[in-house]
Formats: sequence, C-alpha cells, structure tokens
Amino acid sequence: MRARRILITGVATHWGGALARALEADPEIEAIVGIDREDPVVELERTEFVRVGAQHQLLRRILRAARIDAVIDTRMIVDSTTAAPRAAHENNIIGTMELLAACSSTDEPPALVFKSSAHWYGCNQDDPAYFTEDMSPRNRPRTALQRDIVEAEAAVVEYAERHPQTPVAVLRFVNVLGPGLRTSHTDLLGLPAVPAILGFDPRYQFVHEDDVVGALGHALREGLHGTYNCAADGVLAWSEVAGLLGKLPAPILSPWGTGLSAAALRPLGIRIPPEMLRQLRFGRAVDNRALKATGHRLRYTTRETVLKLREHQRLRPLRSRMGEPYRYEREVEEFLRRSPAAQGALGAPAGASGVGRLGPAGGFDALEAEEVVAVLDALDPASLQALRAHEAGNAARPRVLAAIDALIAGRG
Amino acid sequence: MAERPRTPLRDPGAVPAVREDLRSGLPAVEAERHVTDWGRSERVEAVVDRLAVDFLYRLWFRVSVEGIEHVPARGGALVVSNHSGALPPDAAMIAKAIKEEHPRPRPLHLTVEHFFKGYPGFSMLLPKLGAVPAHPANVHRLLWDEQQLVLVFPEGRKGTEKLYKDRYRLRRFGRGGFVQAAMRARAPIVPVAVVGAEEAQPVFAQLSLLQRLTGLLYVPLTPTFPHLGPLGMLGYLPAKFTIRFMEPIPTDDLGDEPWEDQALVQTIAHDVRARIQDELDDMLAQRASVWLG
Repeated sequence: MRARRILITGVATHWGGALARALEADPEIEAIVGIDREDPVVELERTEFVRVGAQHQLLRRILRAARIDAVIDTRMIVDSTTAAPRAAHENNIIGTMELLAACSSTDEPPALVFKSSAHWYGCNQDDPAYFTEDMSPRNRPRTALQRDIVEAEAAVVEYAERHPQTPVAVLRFVNVLGPGLRTSHTDLLGLPAVPAILGFDPRYQFVHEDDVVGALGHALREGLHGTYNCAADGVLAWSEVAGLLGKLPAPILSPWGTGLSAAALRPLGIRIPPEMLRQLRFGRAVDNRALKATGHRLRYTTRETVLKLREHQRLRPLRSRMGEPYRYEREVEEFLRRSPAAQGALGAPAGASGVGRLGPAGGFDALEAEEVVAVLDALDPASLQALRAHEAGNAARPRVLAAIDALIAGRG
Repeated sequence: MAERPRTPLRDPGAVPAVREDLRSGLPAVEAERHVTDWGRSERVEAVVDRLAVDFLYRLWFRVSVEGIEHVPARGGALVVSNHSGALPPDAAMIAKAIKEEHPRPRPLHLTVEHFFKGYPGFSMLLPKLGAVPAHPANVHRLLWDEQQLVLVFPEGRKGTEKLYKDRYRLRRFGRGGFVQAAMRARAPIVPVAVVGAEEAQPVFAQLSLLQRLTGLLYVPLTPTFPHLGPLGMLGYLPAKFTIRFMEPIPTDDLGDEPWEDQALVQTIAHDVRARIQDELDDMLAQRASVWLG
C-alpha cells in the first residue's frame, strides 16, 4: 500500500512549500493537506491549506476527516538564529508532542516522515570523522538546539515503538544550502570573506535544498522505516568552501574566547549561532550510505552544492527586479479551488524559476560571459530582446550576442 | 509498506551485516578537488615534503628501509610502530619510506589523539598531512571501507613522553584497541621497528609547569626546546634511521567475531609488542654508531 493522502506540517516554511509543490506533481497522490500557523509563501496548486497551530484535538479532526495515511513533518527549526529560543523550543518539542498525540489517536496511525537534523549528533572534539546512524552522541547536548532535537526525536522513536506496523522515518539532514534558502550558513558564506576560527579548518558537508525535498519524497514513497542521515557526497574543508565561492577565509574568530569574538561581530550584522561555532571549530560529517542503500540518489555533491550557491550569489543582482512576491489570500484561493467559474485557471505557478523577469539593469555587466549565457534559457522572449539591445549598446561581447541570437532563432 | 523488513528505529537499515555491504556507496572521488574527504591536502603535503620531509629522509636521517615488501600492495593494512620523540619524526619517515621504496606507493593515514583536533594550528595542519583522529570508527572506515593503509602507535602518548634513559623500551600497548580494529576490518597487522628516532630528539625531562600553562599534551625538554622557541621543536639531531617492516600478521582467519575474545586480543597485542621489541633489540645490537648506523 502506498501513501496517497498526505499531510504536510510546516507548509509555510521553505521546506513545506517546496515539498508540497513537488508532491503536487505526483499523480498517484490523491490529496495533500498543508498546515501551518502562518500563510504559505509559495503558490500552491492543489494543496489544501489549513491554518492551524499545534493543537492535537484540531489536528486529529483534520487527520480523520481527510483520511490522512502519511504525515511529513517539516516543521523543525534547526537553525537557532531563525527563531527565539523559547519559540524554537515550543515549536520543536511541544509541536512534535502535539502532532504525535494527534497521530496516535487516529484509528490507523499514519506513516511519519520526520525532518530532523545532524545537529542531533552535536559537535565535539572526540567525534568520529563520519557519524553513522547507530552512533549516539557521547556527550551531553551542548546547545539548546541539540537538546530540543534529541528530545523531539526521542518522542518520534516512542511513537514508532507504540505503533510497530507504522513506517516511521527520521531523516537527519546536514546543513542545507540553496538559492531559496536563508540560513546562518548562507548568510556567513555571503559575506565578502568567509569568517573562520583562527587555526581551525573544519570539515564540512552540505546538502542541496532540492535534494532535501527529494529525500523527504523518497522516504514517503518507499515507506522507509528507521533513521537515516542525509548528506551530499564529499566532505570539504572550510577553506575549500571559501575557495569554491571565490572568497578568502578570514580567521577573525579567536581560538580562545570564541563566543566573545563572535559576540563582537553582532553589531556588524554577523550572527553566528552557538551550534555553528562548534562546527567551525570541530567540523562534522555523516555517513550517507544507509540512505543511498535504500535506492536514493542525490543530485548534487557537496562541492556542486557550494558551486550552486556561488552561481546564485553571482546572479543575485540580476534577480532584483522580480515580480511581486506571492501573497496568500484566502478568498482568492477559495475561489480558484471551489468556484465553478474558475476553470483551470489555477495554472502552473508563475515566477518559479526566479529569473522570470529580468531587467537589463545594474549588476549585469559585472557577470562573466559564461554566466550570462548560462541564465539565458530562463528568460522570456521580451527580456531576451531587451537584454540583446542592452548588450549591443554596452559591452557587446560577441559570445553573449551570438548566444542570444541563437536562442531567439531557436524559439522563433 | 508493511512487507519491508522491520528494524529497530534506533538502528536503521544498518544492522552490522548490512553495513558491511555499504562499500559500494562510498562517494566517488571528484577529480577537481585536491583535498580528500578526510581533509588531506595534496598541495600542503607536497609543500611540506619539499621543504622538510625530503631533506630529513635523504640527508639528515639517511633512512634505510628493510622489508618494504611486507607492506601489502593492496587492501587495508594496519601498520603498527614504536614511537618516540617530542615532535615525532617517525610517522613522516615511515610514510615517506612507503612512498619512496614501495613498488606501489600508497598514502598512509596516521592516527593521532583527539587532542589535536581541538588545538588551534594543529587542528588545521595535521589533517592536511594525512592525520585522522584515533577513533575506532575512523580506523574501521579507512581499513575496511576504503581499504587504506593506517599507521598506529599503540604506545600513544606514553611513547612520546618517555625519557631518553628509557629509549627503545616499549611502553604498554593500550588495551589492544588496534588489534580489535584490525580484526573487525579483517586487515593484516604489519609491525614496524624504527631505530634512530630516540636519538634524533632525545627528551631529557617533561616540563609539567609549562605543560599546564600552554594546555599542550606535554612539553618536553630537548636539546633545542623550549629555549630556542617553538621552532626548537623541529631541532632534530642527525641520527641514522633504520625502518624495518616485519611480516604481516593476518587477522581474517581467527573465526567469527574474534574481537569479542578479550584473551585473544590481548595475546595478539602482546605478540606484536614482543616482535617489535625483539626486532629493536636485534637492530640495536647490530648498530655500530648512533650517527652512522
């Protein structure tokens, strides 16, 4: 039996939204219900959004009414700069408890895919070079974030033990990078030079945001049971990450009193959370082979993930003039879904590519010819024409002009 | 969904039997990179080799190597050696010997204490030169999954802390963890005896006050350290080095899960230790001069 009726928690988070969109494309999935406290930030086609907090009575009614057979929980906060400690604790612990209570109280408890984090392992001096899923942290949790994640996972394990017939997958993701995502890591890597602790060059592993969505979908489709690390292949040194981004590492954090020197950076707008300081000192990597052995293939290696980030960083000036950001309007969504007058108007969400509308404005001339050529595909014909005129009037690089002409000819 | 074999959640599709078959899941090597997943850097290694190791190996220590054929040309193997010196040159010389003399040179990974991962500078440099923290899981991954050569000094700190008057007297070999690691990986143990390192950097005393002040593992008194500053750590005397590789001890014919058998583990650990000590005594007896060999 395959899960057909899905509930996604945290659909207003980056993950929830991306995952809902990915699942919408799967014809075998009958129904997708997305819940969150906040309105979604991406346009959803057939996902039914319900605005609800973590109250198990309400959740139980939704689970029953929609006959949900699988829950994907993407709600976990795994970056302590994104929420106040209390709010993160509330979300990670209480939210998980309420959700599990609701799941337990249905007649047939739904399968569960739980998005967790490699922060579960902590980050210590005597860590192995690769954590496997059967290892447990040897030390007590050092950060509030790790404590919360450990506790939430323990609740999930208890749920799995209480319902032995229900597949429960816990996916521990390493730090995620991607164009759609802002984390304390993307912030730090976006600086002109990449801060580091003097005398340390930690090992780092990343995973691309698309691969996160892919892995959650894989766990759902395969009905995976167990704990799995999810990380891209390859472990980079922090200096290597900086090099791939075309930047220099800046050892501005002192090896002793690192917390103090990090605090000194806060007035400059550089926020380095405690769990990241530990990673910048000791580094961390996980063994991703158990998940691979279930037949899952990741699209990007760690190196490619970082290169994707570089591409995004270089192209950001181009994206400044994108269309209006999506705003959730309940009445409009209701109309599009329910009204007999709305016939197929709920087309593919616009602006998905991110480079949808391009103004031939600032930042463009700073790009290399190859980079310009790489983004041409994503442009609509009007922008292409405008870009050609701009290029001819300014730099007039023959490679760029030729590529645009070829593209216009090909489309016409 | 229900037909999938159920494993406890804490222990995923990774009961030991399954995990052993995960070798095919190892990440592919990316040719564009010059740093390995362990943090080893070709460039840094090449620079250090050109600046120091090559000179020390050829001219300063005039290393002579015996029994290089005992180092397997393929598959994982655990190289076990005696250890000495304040900033021990023996590891670098053994790695260089395999690189120079072996018909199929292979990189050698050196296990070091976790301490170095937390100490600024060391933490950055040592992994680039092929050092990995001495965690059983690390050794297992290198030996079994990646089929690499790993060098351990079972004496550990006890070896580097010992004074000149105790030279060439092997310390206790830990709790036999290295034997268990080799057994789990079914990798042979290659004992190695190194003569010369003790005289290259004699340690006359341990300075416990300085040790406490710097937070280092130990602060030795050598002919050049600490009075000539941190670089005095590199002050080696030109003793003649001899490295003798001994016949490998197989560990794959010891039955099922031999690592559970504490007595067997201890027996093999003692055996390895005795072999190295015998070989050292033999080499010392043959040696006419500390400086000329």
